[in-house]
Amino acid sequence: MKRMLALLMALAMVFALAACGSEAASAPAAEAEASAAEGSAAAPAADGSVYYLNFKPEQDEAWQNLAKAYTAETGVPVTVVTAASGTYEETLMSEMGKSEAPTLFQVNGPVGLANWKDYCYDLSGSKIYGELTSQDFALKDGDAVAGIAYVIESYGIITNKTLLEKAGYTIDDIQSFADLKKVAEDITARKDELGFAAFSSAGMDGSSDWRFKTHLANLPIYFEYKDKGIGATDAIEGTYLSNYKDIWDLYTNNSTCDPKDLAGKTGDDSRNEFLDSKAVFFQNGSWEYGNLVGEGKFTDDDLAMIPIYIGVGDEANQGLCTGTENYWCVNKNAAEADVQATLDFIYWCVSSEAGTKAMADDMGFVIPFKGAQESPNLFVKQDAAYTAAGKTPVSWNFTTMPSEEWKNGVGSALTAYSAGTGDWDGVVSAFVDGWATEYAAANAG
Amino acid sequence: MEKAIKRYWPIFVLPTFAAFCIGFVYPFLQGLYLSFCKFITVDNATFNDFKNYLYVFQDADFGHSFWYTAGFTVVSTVLINVAAFAIALALTRKIRGTNLFRSVFFMPNLIGGIVLGYIWQVLLNCVLSLLEKPLLSLNATYGFWGLIILMCWQQIGYMMIIYIAGLQSIPEDYLEAARIDGASERTILWRIKIPNVMPSITICMFLTLTNSFKLFDQNLALTGGDPNHASEMLALNIYNTFYARAGAQWKGYGQAKAVIFCLLVIALSCIQLRATRSKEVQQ
Repeated sequence: MKRMLALLMALAMVFALAACGSEAASAPAAEAEASAAEGSAAAPAADGSVYYLNFKPEQDEAWQNLAKAYTAETGVPVTVVTAASGTYEETLMSEMGKSEAPTLFQVNGPVGLANWKDYCYDLSGSKIYGELTSQDFALKDGDAVAGIAYVIESYGIITNKTLLEKAGYTIDDIQSFADLKKVAEDITARKDELGFAAFSSAGMDGSSDWRFKTHLANLPIYFEYKDKGIGATDAIEGTYLSNYKDIWDLYTNNSTCDPKDLAGKTGDDSRNEFLDSKAVFFQNGSWEYGNLVGEGKFTDDDLAMIPIYIGVGDEANQGLCTGTENYWCVNKNAAEADVQATLDFIYWCVSSEAGTKAMADDMGFVIPFKGAQESPNLFVKQDAAYTAAGKTPVSWNFTTMPSEEWKNGVGSALTAYSAGTGDWDGVVSAFVDGWATEYAAANAG
Repeated sequence: MEKAIKRYWPIFVLPTFAAFCIGFVYPFLQGLYLSFCKFITVDNATFNDFKNYLYVFQDADFGHSFWYTAGFTVVSTVLINVAAFAIALALTRKIRGTNLFRSVFFMPNLIGGIVLGYIWQVLLNCVLSLLEKPLLSLNATYGFWGLIILMCWQQIGYMMIIYIAGLQSIPEDYLEAARIDGASERTILWRIKIPNVMPSITICMFLTLTNSFKLFDQNLALTGGDPNHASEMLALNIYNTFYARAGAQWKGYGQAKAVIFCLLVIALSCIQLRATRSKEVQQ
């Protein structure tokens, strides 16, 4: 009976994932089948098993390999399933409703935790919690530790140094918003002569608008929080929205495309422009490293990541935007043996030689744990260099944005503003008024 | 034989009936229950009275989506059926290459909605950009007509096939007798062809009406509801209610909307079926 069920489940999963049709999706299906069979045949049930619902499709293969290595070493079956890009919440909701629910999943911060706090095992006494380099990387729900950050990422303005030199500048010339503006506008003025633009298109299609409605919007929020000495708020004032406007105008008026066309530009368009050397600057994060460096692409010497200056605060000492929105949570409703197996697995991932090596080299992660190994990722190294030079990283406050709905509202208003069908007041209203209404909506009832 | 069927019919019905219960009746009843709850996962729901429904009727976006959807349904149902019928008439005249035309017109229907949505988004945005007009996701009216174009392109071929089948089943005697009696082509169309294809019209109306009302993939891919929910149809509105905000209450609101939506679709199709059925004639 149990074997039949396992077979049926595996079959269903193969079908469900095959429907996605992508290569990445078929890998977890095969893996799921393998370990489902293993689970029912080889390992005795008392030892528990791990089911990890992975958020990052780009690291799927690395996780599958790491899971195999762990199973080979300890005999504990580990299933890794990766949700298709942008569907994590949906996948998690339906998977959590099943009897074989994920034992390990992730939330994106305090707002994402609101959905799942009743499912989070308190990690405060766990071994992995003791491995964290700083308590700041734990996601707390009251006194309980609901989640633990497992990767630290940075974003900023990725710069093509070769092109910048062609235009007659080096990255040392850019130390503030005023510098950035001067360089960008000079490049635009000589656009025809140089053959490239300052910024790659700020695509507002759904595949790339998070770079601006979330990541760029973090900066005015960060500086406002810093002024007030707070870490979250139910009503944002928008003190630095005029600076947000300045940087947005700079991005869009010195770009490869007409601001009117941004609504239809995708993330791929933007990256391809940068790869084709049509633009000097490309706002994105350390996760883009693998897409930019490699055969037929750039080398480490071509690239650098500079902070996003918006003309606020102590710009001389501003670092990259560094933080996390990836917190591991352990499902407390899982069987006790499975919870223990999961705790052992994540501890192994961040403390063992094989685990830390895989996370650094194969996944390119910087992990906030004591046993971390150095990642070959250039942008990550740069972040460390900035911090070592005494610059203060900008923290990720966008995890406190009240809802996805708020981000969409800001994105929509930004797009309309650039296209001329809306005005800046629309952005301000979506930003400030939208925050209050969305905060109330998300926290009511 | 007949006796055997009479005796053993439950065995024949059972597999389908079981599938119907598992795949439809049970989820429907559970969905109905969940629409009165707050929940994150379906097995962990807490009762929330009628609050979900109260919220839904106050939600301005839901009202807007309803009217947007209603407008879309009317326009697309009329356009698709008129065009499909006209093409079917043209392609039952034994002109050369009829089969080729039929295949070509049918083909768009074989492509999935998401893919079509993205293809048309690129096409229409190019045209709008050349005309120096705002792009699809900036203007709900363009979004509306974009959706209409897309749906017509996709559905006309399919409905055309159904109409062709209907037209071909009209006995040749009727048409011949009418011609001998001196009826004009126009009279033949209105007095003989249309009354005789009423069953096809019933089916096509039903399909286009429900397809348009339930439209999701194409809406998501073409406009994504932009700008600011203005081009959001009911199904997409429900989806966004579910996933755009964190918190258990939003799943309940979404579920209540889904139940209302389901009842609307059922009511609409019943009215439509009754109205067109009554016009059908016996051959």
